[in-house]
Amino acid sequence: MNKDILLCGVGGQGTVLASKLIASAFMNCGETVHSAETIGMAQRGGSVTSHVRIGEKAYSPLIPFHSADIILAFEPAEAVRNLPYLKNNGVVIVNSVPVKPVTESLVNTGYDGKEMLEYLQKKCRNTVIVDAEEICREIGSAKVFNVAILGVAVGIGKLGLSEDAVLAEIEKSVKERFREMNYKAFTKGKQIGEDYEIKSVTD
Amino acid sequence: MKKEYVMGNGAIALGALTAGVKLVSGYPGTPSSEIIETIAKYKHNDVYVEWSVNEKAAMEVAAGAVYSGARALVTMKQVGLNVASDPLMSLAYVGVKGGMVIVSADDPGPISSQTEQDTRMFAEFARIPVFDPTSPEEAFQMIQDAFDYSEKYKTPVLFRPTTRVCHAYASIEWDENTQPKQYEGFVKDSKKWVIFPQLSFKNHAMIEKRNLQIGDNFSEYKMNTVSGYGKKAVFASGVSYAYVKEYLQDRTNVVLVKIATPYPFPEKLALSVMKNVDEILCVEELSAYLEMQLQRIAGVHHLPVKIFGKTTGNGRLSGENSADYVAEIIGAFLGDSTEEHINLSDIPELPKRPPVLCAGCPHRASFYAVKKAMQGRKAYFCGDIGCYTLGNAMPLDMTDTCLCMGAGITIAQGFSHTNKDAVSFAFVGDSTFFASGMTGTVNAVYNGADMILCILDNSTTAMTGHQPHPGTGKNMMSDIIQKVDIVKILEGIGINNIAVVNPFELEKAVDTVREFADISGVKAMIFKSPCIALKKPDSCMKISEKCIQCKKCIREIGCPAIIISDGKVTIDSALCNGCKLCSKICPVGAIGGAENE
Repeated sequence: MNKDILLCGVGGQGTVLASKLIASAFMNCGETVHSAETIGMAQRGGSVTSHVRIGEKAYSPLIPFHSADIILAFEPAEAVRNLPYLKNNGVVIVNSVPVKPVTESLVNTGYDGKEMLEYLQKKCRNTVIVDAEEICREIGSAKVFNVAILGVAVGIGKLGLSEDAVLAEIEKSVKERFREMNYKAFTKGKQIGEDYEIKSVTD
Repeated sequence: MKKEYVMGNGAIALGALTAGVKLVSGYPGTPSSEIIETIAKYKHNDVYVEWSVNEKAAMEVAAGAVYSGARALVTMKQVGLNVASDPLMSLAYVGVKGGMVIVSADDPGPISSQTEQDTRMFAEFARIPVFDPTSPEEAFQMIQDAFDYSEKYKTPVLFRPTTRVCHAYASIEWDENTQPKQYEGFVKDSKKWVIFPQLSFKNHAMIEKRNLQIGDNFSEYKMNTVSGYGKKAVFASGVSYAYVKEYLQDRTNVVLVKIATPYPFPEKLALSVMKNVDEILCVEELSAYLEMQLQRIAGVHHLPVKIFGKTTGNGRLSGENSADYVAEIIGAFLGDSTEEHINLSDIPELPKRPPVLCAGCPHRASFYAVKKAMQGRKAYFCGDIGCYTLGNAMPLDMTDTCLCMGAGITIAQGFSHTNKDAVSFAFVGDSTFFASGMTGTVNAVYNGADMILCILDNSTTAMTGHQPHPGTGKNMMSDIIQKVDIVKILEGIGINNIAVVNPFELEKAVDTVREFADISGVKAMIFKSPCIALKKPDSCMKISEKCIQCKKCIREIGCPAIIISDGKVTIDSALCNGCKLCSKICPVGAIGGAENE
């Protein structure tokens, strides 16, 4: 299998953790995996991307432009920032909740994410918008979105991993007392994914 | 055998352990820091590992090991090699007995460095071999070969991965039971180990002859490869080779040459290709190193081949390559047609997310105290290398200069001798002070500078990932050691006015700065408070109804935890560390701890 998966968000959202989970799950399925993270100098609040590349044909450590099969975006502007990486018929799953820059109170750009979501929908037919706040409220924890978004990707059948492969990875990497909560988040995400109807690029 | 999914830096570490390394030393620096951390995690008990105080110390510690016949690895980032260049240049003449590999990680971009210098050029300058891996998997193999070459030719060798190789993850299979290679111990021989002009003269001639042999040997080295056919060739090195492969995939209608050992250049290998092609494109980062080598060879051999690269406008002169950029230049070179893609020319303006000092960072308080104290007075603020370089950002605006490790201390002296009307400050972190601040401080006292040395002591090396240093009481062998006391060092140097302050005791800190600014000579303030990553946060601050929305807190300190929500100044509880600095700035006392609710 050859597959390029890009995860992006803002430092502190759990992007890197989700990418490690994906990488490990693919390896357990016997696939060759390469990955790389680009993390700015900021410890929190900086743009973060994780590039996960599956298969023998991946030479470059970072995904080339127009190559990602799927973008898992934890933040609307970060999705747009990484849109050049998306394949012509690729899928974007994006959290609708914006993260304002940490310097917002000083410079006041008025950024609220709406323009970004509209742009994504305009440019990518298969943009799946997910409200992380709603999911997290339902589950009762602010820290489960990274697993929920994997659920969405599995639900629409575009991650290249089975439900079981992801669940096994959650069992392995999540502490027991948080496991149930993460399973719930995954299932909720999967439901959203299953309800989404993939639009073909040609129609 | 065991499989590990590791960073390129981890692959380098596992490769060095597999090669039987006995001693590992280095100084932290992005993108090289994880090599030593991986060694410390996976090493056998007989392997010695240390964070040295700086790269020069690391190089010299390793020299002692390789003089004894043991294998040694030294790690640093490219600018660290400048610090270590004094021992390296001489060591190249003296030579080694045990294998010695110096990893100097280059940073095209630059992503987190002061320069875009090219270690391949440094290798040629020092007349020692250099290995240039294209991927983590290759780095694992290649560093083992580098140790063998070092021992065979009795020379230190350089190993230069770049950021994208250092930080890329791959699966590495290795034997975890590997042991350090056996060695003889130091054997006295002053004709060999004591450098004198006569020895240098003799060895220099030997080195030049030997390097021709190494170049011939490298023409046969398995990591230097030639594939494909045709009248056009692409020469690539490092991660740029991976980008070329990404574009070409299985195509064979172009000759692809990988140069894994840029110096001594595998000339015979290159010549065999150059004679049979019409055009060559060089794909590389930083210097036009391959290109210049090929131009030289073409000149010597009167070859009609056309050579394209950075010097002909077919490669960027600064910044890093990417798969896309390389696809563009190779596509043009090969005359390929380009595909249609989604048009993103109308992309909306994206929010910038610049790096800032963390909420609760003690550096913010230290800078603010000095700024307050110097309000209305002319003052110059010399910064240094570390998190606190971010003190330059608005609204603090407290870094006027930053040059290289430790330079703030000495630049401040230059200011004091030439700008008598201003108060000169130097800000330096604790780790940077140990690395290269002490000599400059002696210089200040010796030459009678007027300055205030501000040591921002957060008890760690924060910027590169919280490595221990001499002031922390811990080392990489997990020993608890006596802390090297900064105050005693300063007293020993002869500084009479020394104050240790907690930057969060704002009033006291401001008063001390004011007092010191009126005393002549060298004064030292140690702003002591741990990095927020090392301590539990205090309870989050709250803003009460007394707030008059004047936004002074935002304008004065720029803390990322103070935000405006629904038009009102608010504390972001997910970010606030409860440092209370904002509560000391509020003119109406509206900010307080949890009791404020």
